Order: sequence, then C-alpha cells, then structure tokens
Amino acid sequence: MKATMTSATPAAEALASPHAHGGNSVARTMFRVQLALLPATLCGFWLFGWQAFFLWLLTILSCLGCEALALGLMGRRPLKRSLGDGSALLTGWLLAMTLPPWAPWWVAVVGGFIAIVVGKQVFGGVGQNVFNPAMVARVALLVSFPLPLTQWVLPLPLTPLAAPGFVDSLHIFLNSLPPTDAMASASLLGFSKTELARGSDLLHSLSGASAPLLSWLGARSGSLGESASLLILAGGLYLLASGIITWHTPAAVLLGLALPAAIGHAVDPARYLSVATHLLSGAAMLGAFFIATDYVTSPNTGAGQLVFGVAVGVLTWVIRSYGGYPEGMAFAVLLMNAMTPVIDRFIKPRILGRDRQGKPLTIPESAA
Amino acid sequence: MGLLKALKHFVGDDWGVHPADHKRPAADLPSRRLPLPERVHLMLAQHVGAPARPVVLVGQKVRKGELIAAAHGNISAPVHASTSGTISAIGEITAAHSSGLPAMAISIDADGEDAWLDSDPIVDPFALPPAAIAARVAAAGVVGLGGAAFPSAVKLNLGRRSEIDTLIVNGSECEPYLSCDDRLMRERAADIVSGIRLMLTATGAAQAKVGIEDNKPEAIATMRQAAAAFSEVVIVPVPARYPMGSDRQLIVELSGREVPSDARAADVGVIVHNVATAYATQQAVVLNRPLVQRLMTLNGGAAAAPGNYEVPLGTLVSDFITLSGGRKGEVARLLMGGPMMGVVLAHARVPVIKGCSGILLLDAEEAAAAEPQACIRCGSCIKACPMGLLPLEMSARIRHDELEAAVDFGLSDCIACGCCAYVCPSHIPLVQYFYHAKGELSARQRAQLRAEATKKMALGRQQRLEREAREKAAAAARRKAERAAQQSAATAVAVATTVAAARQPEPAGESA
Repeated sequence: MKATMTSATPAAEALASPHAHGGNSVARTMFRVQLALLPATLCGFWLFGWQAFFLWLLTILSCLGCEALALGLMGRRPLKRSLGDGSALLTGWLLAMTLPPWAPWWVAVVGGFIAIVVGKQVFGGVGQNVFNPAMVARVALLVSFPLPLTQWVLPLPLTPLAAPGFVDSLHIFLNSLPPTDAMASASLLGFSKTELARGSDLLHSLSGASAPLLSWLGARSGSLGESASLLILAGGLYLLASGIITWHTPAAVLLGLALPAAIGHAVDPARYLSVATHLLSGAAMLGAFFIATDYVTSPNTGAGQLVFGVAVGVLTWVIRSYGGYPEGMAFAVLLMNAMTPVIDRFIKPRILGRDRQGKPLTIPESAA
Repeated sequence: MGLLKALKHFVGDDWGVHPADHKRPAADLPSRRLPLPERVHLMLAQHVGAPARPVVLVGQKVRKGELIAAAHGNISAPVHASTSGTISAIGEITAAHSSGLPAMAISIDADGEDAWLDSDPIVDPFALPPAAIAARVAAAGVVGLGGAAFPSAVKLNLGRRSEIDTLIVNGSECEPYLSCDDRLMRERAADIVSGIRLMLTATGAAQAKVGIEDNKPEAIATMRQAAAAFSEVVIVPVPARYPMGSDRQLIVELSGREVPSDARAADVGVIVHNVATAYATQQAVVLNRPLVQRLMTLNGGAAAAPGNYEVPLGTLVSDFITLSGGRKGEVARLLMGGPMMGVVLAHARVPVIKGCSGILLLDAEEAAAAEPQACIRCGSCIKACPMGLLPLEMSARIRHDELEAAVDFGLSDCIACGCCAYVCPSHIPLVQYFYHAKGELSARQRAQLRAEATKKMALGRQQRLEREAREKAAAAARRKAERAAQQSAATAVAVATTVAAARQPEPAGESA
C-alpha cells in the first residue's frame, strides 16, 4: 500500500529530475548528532565510571536488537540498511544520556524495548512515531520503576571515594546492586523538591552551593546528559553550525524555561529556583538541543518550532515547580509531541503569490 | 555567517539551494560552430501552443532561413529551415521528451552550402513601431529560449496591452553545468542590448533590468559595458542561488513585486525574457534572420569536448555529440537541459529544439542515485522550497493517493525546480511524486470533462428523442384532427351540396 511509488523500478525513478543531489543522507545526519553527543558522553564515562559505559552500551545494543527484531518480524528487509541509518543507535544513545549512570542492566534492556518497539515501530517505524521514542522510554521507566530511576551517584573521580574497577563495575551492573550510601546522592532538582516538600526554603537549603559553575563543569550527580552542560551546549552549537538543527527550537525552549524561572525567582526566591539552576539542571540543555529538536516529533516550520519550544520550556518549568516529579523535560516534550500535528496544521509557510490563508494575492492597483 | 544565515532564515529569505555549478571550464572556452550535420529534423512543435503546419513538400529545395512550417493559431510559432538542402521527409521522429514518444518533424538533407535565404536588413530597426517589431519576432519563430519556449511575440504584445513598466531580462542561468547564456553575454553583449532595447519598444516598458548571477563576473562586466550608453538598460548582479532563474523568484529579486499565484507577471507590470531571446530578437528584427540556430552547452563528465556550440536546430543529439568531439567513457545518463530540471533522453537519436539550452552527458559518478528511504521529517525540503510549499506533506498525501489533499498543501504552485529532492537526506524522488500527481489530476480532470460532455450529449439525445416523439405524436394528432376535420367538412360539403343541389343545380366545392 505504502510502497506504490517506491516499488517502481529504479530505471523509472531515475527518469525524474533533479539529476543531482546535495549529498546529505539520513545516516550522515544521525552520525553528526552522535558526534555532537560524544564529548558529553565521554565526560560522563569519566565522571561515573565503567557502569555508565556498560549502561550506555547495553541501551544502544537493546535498541538495535529490538529494531532488528521488529523489522524482521514485519518482513522489512534488508535489515542492514534500516539499522545502518543510525536512527535506532541514536535513540539508544539519547535514552542512555537520560538514565541514572548506575542504573541496573535490565533498565537498559527494558528501556530499549519500550523506546524502539512501543515508541517507534508500533507507529510504523522511522519517521512515523508521534512521540520521541527515547522520552517515551524514559517516562515509562520512571513511572514504572521509580527507585532505580532516581538513584544518582556522585561523580567519583571528584570525590575521595575510590571508583570501582572494570570487573567490580560489571558485577554491580549485572547484579543490579544499588550504589552505596556514601556514593549515592540526589540530583539538584531532586534535592530541591525534597527540601521544599519538607518545608524548608531553598535559600536556606541551597546556601553555599555554587550550582552554576559546578553544573557547567559537570561536577555533580545526575545523568550523562545533565552532567556537563558546557559540553552538551558545545555539541548543540556544532549541530547548529552544521545545519542539522536551526536555532528556533533550542532558543525557544531555553527562553520558555528561563522567563518563568526569572519571574518566579524574583518574586519568591525561597520557593522558586534561579534561572541558572533551571537552565543547567536536569536535561534542560540536552532537551533543548537534542530532544526537542527531534525532526519527526517536532513541528516542521521555524515558526511552529518557536511555539513548540516555548511551550516545552514553560511546561518544563511548571512541572518542575509544581509537579510531583523533580524533572519535567521528558513530560513537557511528550506533551508537546502530541500537539505537533496541531501546530503543523495551523502554522504553515506562506506560499509565494498567496496570502497566509492560501488565497492568491490581489493584483496591486498601482502596477496596472 | 551563521548568525547572518539564521537572520535570513528568520525573515524567510533562505529559499533555494546552492548546488556545485560545474560551469567551468566549459564556460571559459570561446563558443564554437558545430560542423554541419548531414541531415536535420525540425520538430513542428518546438514551442508552447499549437504545432506549426508544414508549407513545403518532400523533394522541395530550401535555403537556410526559409519558412518550412507556418504558425497555426494564436499561440504558435513558425519553423524555418536551419540549413540549405532538400526536404527529404515529413514524418514522425522521437521527440525530446523522457517518454520517447514520436512527434512530427520535417527532415532536410543538407546540401553542405548552408546558404542563407536572401533577405534585406532593416535600415532603421529602432524606428519601427512596436507592433512591427512584434510581428517580425513572430515571423522569425522566436520563442522563449530559457526553456519555456513560449512564443515571444505573444508575450511582447501582451506587454503592450497590460501596461508593463519593467522588462526583466533573465541572464541568471542558475542551472548547474549550463553556460550558453553566460557565453552569449560575454561574446555578443552589444547584440543582446540591442535586442533588449527592441523589446522595450515592443512592450512599451520604460526600463529593463538584466539579472545576472554573481558567479558570472565576466558576463556582468561585458554586459555593463555594452549597456553603458543606454540608461534604460540596467545590469543587476543577483546572488547565485538556484532557482534564481525561475521567473517568479527573479521578479521578486529584481522588482520586489510578487506575482499572485493566479496571475501572470504582466499583471504586476513586469514581463520576463531570457537573454538568448533578446539576442534572437535582435537577429530577427535587425538582420531579418529567423531563429534557426542557437548556442547550446555540451557538458558532463562523459563529454570529450565540453563547451558551448552554435548548433543548427534539428541536429540530432547523436550528431551534436559526434561532431563536437564525441564521448569520453560511458554515458550513464543523457540529459536535455540542466541537471535540476532537464529531461532524460532514452537515446541520442533526438533532434535538438529551440528550448534546448544544453546536452549533458553524465558519467556513472554524476548520475549515481541512492535508494529512497523513509521520510524523517527533517524539514530540509521546506527550507529549500522557493515557493514556500511543504513538499514532505505533499508527497505523503500523494503516496496515499490523496491528491486533493496534496493540492491543499500547494501542489498547483509547485514549479518542479527540484530543490526539495536535491536536499532530501532520504533521497525521496519528490519531484517524481509531484509530476505523477499533476499528471493524474489533469487526467482525472479530462476524464471528468469527458464524462460531463458524454452526459450532456446523452441528455441532449434523450431530450431530442423525447421531443421527436412528442412532435411525432403531435403531428399524428394533428393529422388525425385534420383528417377528422376533412371528413366532417366533406360530409358537410356533401350535405351542403345535396342541399344546394336540391335548391339550384350549381356545384360549390371551394370550402373543402
């Protein structure tokens, strides 16, 4: 049914112009996004040790395996070409960036299954999914297994604690051992939420923590994607420079998060976190540059992306400030993913020679 | 740079693509005359509109420039012999179209003399009235040489009727590989400027703006020099960006006016002609020479002698290739026109036509096409589209045969420039979808018109039959009534006669 046109013979396809191509490909695009993620990922491996690496590797393998399985069951061949486009690998990578680095092995496996099978293939595969697969998996895991999904560890190389070696790490990873109390730590957003819930105000509980600087450098507990905001930002800027993404979504997300944060913090600093904390905590940077910019699940015009991004930012702030979970980026992205078809329906580019409503322009009197 | 680009993108001024132009070294070589082929085949339909009608017979001798087929109808163009010789056939030959279907052509066996028909040059062409200029352009068979092949005289007359203020001359030549307009501007700038001035007179426009892409600095310089003495002809460098040469885009660039989607350029006071058309106009009006040859680019990785050639119309592409120096290696794809919008030729036994700006011999590397993959909705096509359409949405609808939905997304505004398919990372043949949908829609429209016509005819027939039946019945009734009246009259007469006869002995049969 879908393949009415693509099943035509290659010779017939070769007949239509243009007879030149710019050289871009899906695989190249995906590869560049992965390249942009690499610095922050390597930094995360250094900060959180072998476990982080195992988790990252297994999440990706789980995604690739599920993709191959789903495509195989649906009879879509050749598998190599579909897997080779790098989209499943990227989904796995992004998911791994949002998980606690010391999460047990089954989180990676289940996460990969949810992302690829439930989040992507059920909808029809690459390009057809309504929701960002990595965020679907992250939220499903968080809701289903809150405990392992909220157990963060300190960046051990920056503490006097000894990081476990390769074999010990593998042992911890495969046996789903929780981090020891000495290593465990809450993320900044989680800590703030707990403190607020206990009734103590943030000015008091966060005093002395030079959060922005530490966040830039990644010296604090969190997922791979929220450790070194500076490296994430650098990756994002690379994506901008190489034309993979445009500025609309990231700028809008950060703005949508920063504005209410600034207002809230100005009104009641004891109740609301500062702009810098918001922008540098959680997956704000990762979300703005890598998650909300996902081609498939975000609007396809610049104006639509501005609307989408601002809404993601504002929703993130609302969920972080008033919701039950300390982090809101994943929820905000999923909510706006659902709105994307609506945004695309109402925000379209203006056709040359027509007005915004699609009516032909009127012939100017002066010219006649 | 990134910021500037972002700013441009923000204001929506980021349409089009920047393909590698491949114009040099062919563009830097002086143009050459192609040696005369043994035979030429002049298509009767080389233009938009009705095909020309042959006015010669097989066996007849013709001179170069002699009329061999006359224009037929309001929108049409005549065809002239492109060399001297004998008419050898009037019949079908493969047309320059990817379908490879045949069309009518007049074949001439060249006598090798290449002798022009005697014609007197016009003494003072610039003193001619507008209508006379247009008439000469029409008689010379000049059509839009940028590729559209619309009869030029029709456009000139339209300009005069629609109060044009600006004549836009298209020297942008935005298609990669092609450089025939570039060469023409470098070598015959003065003649082009003369042609532009004649066009100004013919259209009544006050000034002409010549748009030339800034990747042709030599052409800009020579054209500026040639136009220096004429303040009404302005040379405007435009950014090199495909499809700058598309008329709606060029009109915006040069005049700031936007042509409404349901209107013509003339409705906003401009008219667009190509530089090669301006040159052909000069040749027609000043030298009294019809359009029988033109500059064409031969290029591509498999062309042995890339360059620009003065080619007699009707020369077979195979002769063009052989006479210019042959091919180099395997030709993976043979194109007429540029790589962005050109058509694939199934074989080289196809005659060149007026609208042909070049023949490309692409080698395997240049013609390499990747297998299409699923759309990832990256939006590259939306950014590239010069018309502001949503190619990804249109193709998705066409895939599911929802052609009306594709029209809602702007299918009818698509100019098939190919930018979308050029940038598509999934290598989706978007333009093919659009051609398919447009063809299907027009087929459906025709079928609907036919169905309506049939219905109307059937209805008409039914009404006619009913009317006839009614008339027949009425006639029968009338006859019956008449008969009855006759009979009763006859009876009355008979009675009267009897009565009268009883009274007096005279017959009285007049009343019957």
